[in-house]
Amino acid sequence: MSTSRLGGTGLRLAYDRRVVADELTVAVPDASFTVIIGPNACGKSTLLRALSRLLKPAAGAVLLDGADIHRQPARAVARTLGLLPQSPTAPDGIGVAELVARGRYPHQGLLRQWSREDERIVAESMAATGVADLADRLVDELSGGQRQRVWLAMALAQQTPLLLLDEPTTYLDIAHQIDLLDLCARLHEEQGRTLVAVLHDLNHAARYATHLIAMRGGRVVAAGEPREIVTAELVREVFGLPCRVIDDPETGTPLVVPAARARTGTVLS
Amino acid sequence: MIVIRTPGGVSLRLRPRSLVVGATAALLALAVGVLAVGHGDYPMSPADVLRTLTGGGSPAEEFIVTELRLPRLVTGLAVGAALGLAGAVFQALVRNPLGSPDVLGFTQGAATGALVVVVLGGSSATLAGAAALGGIGTGLLIYLIAWRRGVHGYRLVLVGIGMWAILSGVNGYLLTRAPLMEAARAVLWLTGSLDGRDWSHAGPLLAALAVTVPVLLAAGPALRMTELGDDAASALGVSVPRLRLLLLAAAVLLVSLAAAAAGPVSFVALTAPHLARRLTRAPGTNLLPAAIVGALIVVTADQVALRVFPSQLPVGVVTGVLGGGYLVWLLATERRAGRL
Repeated sequence: MSTSRLGGTGLRLAYDRRVVADELTVAVPDASFTVIIGPNACGKSTLLRALSRLLKPAAGAVLLDGADIHRQPARAVARTLGLLPQSPTAPDGIGVAELVARGRYPHQGLLRQWSREDERIVAESMAATGVADLADRLVDELSGGQRQRVWLAMALAQQTPLLLLDEPTTYLDIAHQIDLLDLCARLHEEQGRTLVAVLHDLNHAARYATHLIAMRGGRVVAAGEPREIVTAELVREVFGLPCRVIDDPETGTPLVVPAARARTGTVLS
Repeated sequence: MIVIRTPGGVSLRLRPRSLVVGATAALLALAVGVLAVGHGDYPMSPADVLRTLTGGGSPAEEFIVTELRLPRLVTGLAVGAALGLAGAVFQALVRNPLGSPDVLGFTQGAATGALVVVVLGGSSATLAGAAALGGIGTGLLIYLIAWRRGVHGYRLVLVGIGMWAILSGVNGYLLTRAPLMEAARAVLWLTGSLDGRDWSHAGPLLAALAVTVPVLLAAGPALRMTELGDDAASALGVSVPRLRLLLLAAAVLLVSLAAAAAGPVSFVALTAPHLARRLTRAPGTNLLPAAIVGALIVVTADQVALRVFPSQLPVGVVTGVLGGGYLVWLLATERRAGRL
């Protein structure tokens, strides 16, 4: 059994009185690239919000390094756990390097505004995400793909061993989606960071994840290595989609191929 | 960007353009101040003013400067700084360039407090106190109504505008109930004026500035993080709801005490942060430049009112006309630039 710095037990996640998930227990294996998948409104983004301290569980607790994440100071958590939210906003007229530098906030103070270490880490983060050439450009001028890389660079500059990504490929075209996921996989392998991402595309998840958490209706239906858990039965159970699962000819990981429409002519039962 | 580092691990990051703009605006405000102190029935040259300020004037000059003219200048500077600062905070809080205390009802609340005293009859000290209470009370009410796991920018704007409408109605009613003479005095107060201000007007506001400026400057970096959105700011370790409450409290205090000192001087809170941002060209919130530019606007507007118009014109008329004009110009140019 692998160790886990981040996880939750007996979680009840709710917005006001609307309960999204109850009795939820999850663990993020250390040094994994964990991907959470599931149909719309299954509670996957809500789970990520709870894991990142944005949402306080109505019952149960999210544990970070063995202690309740809501009992730890926000700044201390921010030095261990980073998050790239779904739609962050860049202030008007901000430059790329300046935005990436904001990732250093949890490490800074009134008298420690910009150390040599800050400078080095920001440069490294921009190099790792391939945006070093854009350092002096304005964020407003960038394309969607470039902008997402800049945000990722900001999250990297936070230098947290754990990094959470909420649907990082949304609004990107297929080439930029693969580009970003390749980048995430490389960061995971080379820097040894634990990544947790919510993804929409099951095939992306199966290809890139080392650990998959499949959710439906606020429950974890299956969790484990994609090769072991992604089966036609699981996809049918989680998404209600008839399909075949074959080996991805490129990577050997499971590839979900939706079944051709039934000839009887019913649209969807 | 200049970086200063000491061997002790202290590092500071400064933006040269912001420094130059801030210093220039501060010097300009002081220069206008010297001219302002020299202006009046007993004219004094700038050299005489400076000599008197440094303790080298005759007893008569001493009295004119420190007791008659300096309080008006200091009140003007403090009101401008408070409004500029509060305006910058509100714009950041509601993430909207139009988010100013004039629009959100806080100033109207201060006016309501003052008008109640006008109707019931009371000294000018009571009036100032009631204005401060009215502003703070409105702030509290808006906070309680808009509160939902920390105040949301959007909700704050909507609740604030609703409050503004209600209080405008209340103020109109109170004006009709006031005796004619008192109503005239009230209208003058409602325009915002620095006439006859003494140290008792400047004192409370200076005290509020002494408390809130260090707090706000310390909260500045966290405030900048909230520009990225609440989620991103929280992920970076900012306690967003607590920060919002702190900022709201500080800004409401400043606006209320500024209104107590000079009446609701319009449009400074809206204009000063924009002007500061344009001049410094720095992205996001710039608290200190906004405060300095605010101070410069109010003392300059007061001088324009005193010198250009023979009958004493309240400073609020000038800031209103200038600020309104600036706003229209801003909207027109932003529209042309395709940003709005």
